[in-house]
Amino acid sequence: MTTYSQASWTDEDAERYEPLLSEKASERVDIEDSPLPEELTRDSLELPAPAEPELARHYTRLSQMNYGVESGPFPLGSCTMKYNPSFTEDVAALPAAAVHPDRPDRTVQGTLGLSHRLQEYLGRIGGMDAVTLQPPAGAAGEFTGIRIAKAHHRHNDDERSEVVIPDSAHGTNFATAAMAGYDVVELPSGEDGRVDIDALDAAVGEETAALMLTNPNTLGLFERDIERIADIVHDAGGLLYYDGANLNALLGRARPGDMGFDVMHYNVHKTFATPHGGGGPGAGPVGVTEGLAPFLPDPHVRRTDGGYEYYRPDHSIGKVHGYYGNWPVLVKTFAYIARLGDSGLADASAKAVLNANYLAEQVPYEVPFGPFHHEFVASAGEQDAADVAKGMLDHGVHPPTTKWPEIVDEALMTEPTEGESRRSLDQLAAAFEAVHSEDDGTLASAPRRTAAGRIDQVSAARSPRLSWQALDSDD
Amino acid sequence: MSFDVPDDHRYLESHEWVRTDDDTARVGITDFAQDELGDVVFVELPAEGDDLTAGEGFGVVESIKAVSDIYAPVSGTVTAVNEALFDRPELVNEDPFGEGWMLDVTLADESELDDLLGADAYRDRIA
Repeated sequence: MTTYSQASWTDEDAERYEPLLSEKASERVDIEDSPLPEELTRDSLELPAPAEPELARHYTRLSQMNYGVESGPFPLGSCTMKYNPSFTEDVAALPAAAVHPDRPDRTVQGTLGLSHRLQEYLGRIGGMDAVTLQPPAGAAGEFTGIRIAKAHHRHNDDERSEVVIPDSAHGTNFATAAMAGYDVVELPSGEDGRVDIDALDAAVGEETAALMLTNPNTLGLFERDIERIADIVHDAGGLLYYDGANLNALLGRARPGDMGFDVMHYNVHKTFATPHGGGGPGAGPVGVTEGLAPFLPDPHVRRTDGGYEYYRPDHSIGKVHGYYGNWPVLVKTFAYIARLGDSGLADASAKAVLNANYLAEQVPYEVPFGPFHHEFVASAGEQDAADVAKGMLDHGVHPPTTKWPEIVDEALMTEPTEGESRRSLDQLAAAFEAVHSEDDGTLASAPRRTAAGRIDQVSAARSPRLSWQALDSDD
Repeated sequence: MSFDVPDDHRYLESHEWVRTDDDTARVGITDFAQDELGDVVFVELPAEGDDLTAGEGFGVVESIKAVSDIYAPVSGTVTAVNEALFDRPELVNEDPFGEGWMLDVTLADESELDDLLGADAYRDRIA
């Protein structure tokens, strides 16, 4: 008799092996009278032939092997795994939202109008004077922003060689600076986890093109000295770059432009609940102050007497993506902002901060830095943070980000996001609690209740199998 | 936890070791370094005949936790590369001062050895 079993990828135990569709039912199909040359054809072909309910169940089981934001809480800190409201998909799928990018300006005035309004919305949210929608992802936005800073310095005959970045920053900041041709000056964090003003003073000078700063930073801490930081950078002739990764903590409450930032990017998936790119289309708009607007990518949308047009800004850095950016993602961004409005956006940031603080109060692990905003970094202490994460999978939730940022020992970087209810926060807290009291041996063999068991990371890295042929050759 | 720190080796602050035999210097990373890195999954080394400069990076060691540059304790020309590490990077974990060695180098300037840490100084460094 067959009883219900959890879908499983492992084939060691036949009871739990999930068969391929072709293994469930297949049918031999004869091929006759093919117009192709004989040496290229087969006489017959074995094709999967399940009944429709079997097919439906197969794919449902496959989907159950995965864990997504629609399965339960997903507090993967820094990544901001928000639930994506489906109405934004509906809006982006409207026929009017699909226009060919080669159409002349005058025939797509609605599209340009929406772009222009989104530029204005984002400018108002960030306190920026001009915004480009073209960059296709947050990291591409960083690169665009730093290229703009470089073009600005070059335009003023003031070429500089260094970009200063705190050690708690996202890895993309370092990559961006290097890709743009700058030397990276790494800034050690102060004892409170924030920018150390003395260290900043020492690091900034006439070679400083920009300071790249995330605020609140990756520990969820607000840089309280931001005005002083801005003065130090500006007095040296540098620009202040805002990494928008954590803008969701300030949404509708504080603006980078008001803090003295000159250029910033927006991560629309983190701040406005569009889908994560995951290698697919994303968007990373960039905002700048008035003085930097002439350097924005080409083309840019502006208002004319009777409508809108594309134009090339005077000192444009050129194109950073094909056509006008990833349009459907931008439509979803627009829909989300328009639906929430000023008060809704401010409510989202309040709930993001409240949820993080509510959860942190209940986790049994030490949180060394605070007070924090929308995310917190706990320390697994004597436990291995990776084991803690694997253990949490057995309790039905997605774990936090582990072992980063490195300034917290065995870091558990946790960001519940604003969308979680108190009930799911309690579920997360219970998972933390359960894993905290588990012994190392139990944790080392976790997870045991998931579709795939403990992954052998070492073998996977030492002898990776990168194609189906490699799997086949094992037989 | 105590780590193996052989007396007849000299050390860099960044956890590389060097052991000399006449004018040849053998180079690797320390027991402490392999333990900090965790399971090593990949080692990238220069080719025979390449020149090293003391204090500069010559290769990369990658574990499941981190990717780290490896720095040259001394200057010189590479005369042998431990190619076994390309197939079995775990040798770095299993036997960092033996089978996990990385390069043999002709010693260009013996006085460079004086700039390195002795075993006692290195023990203090990792204590």
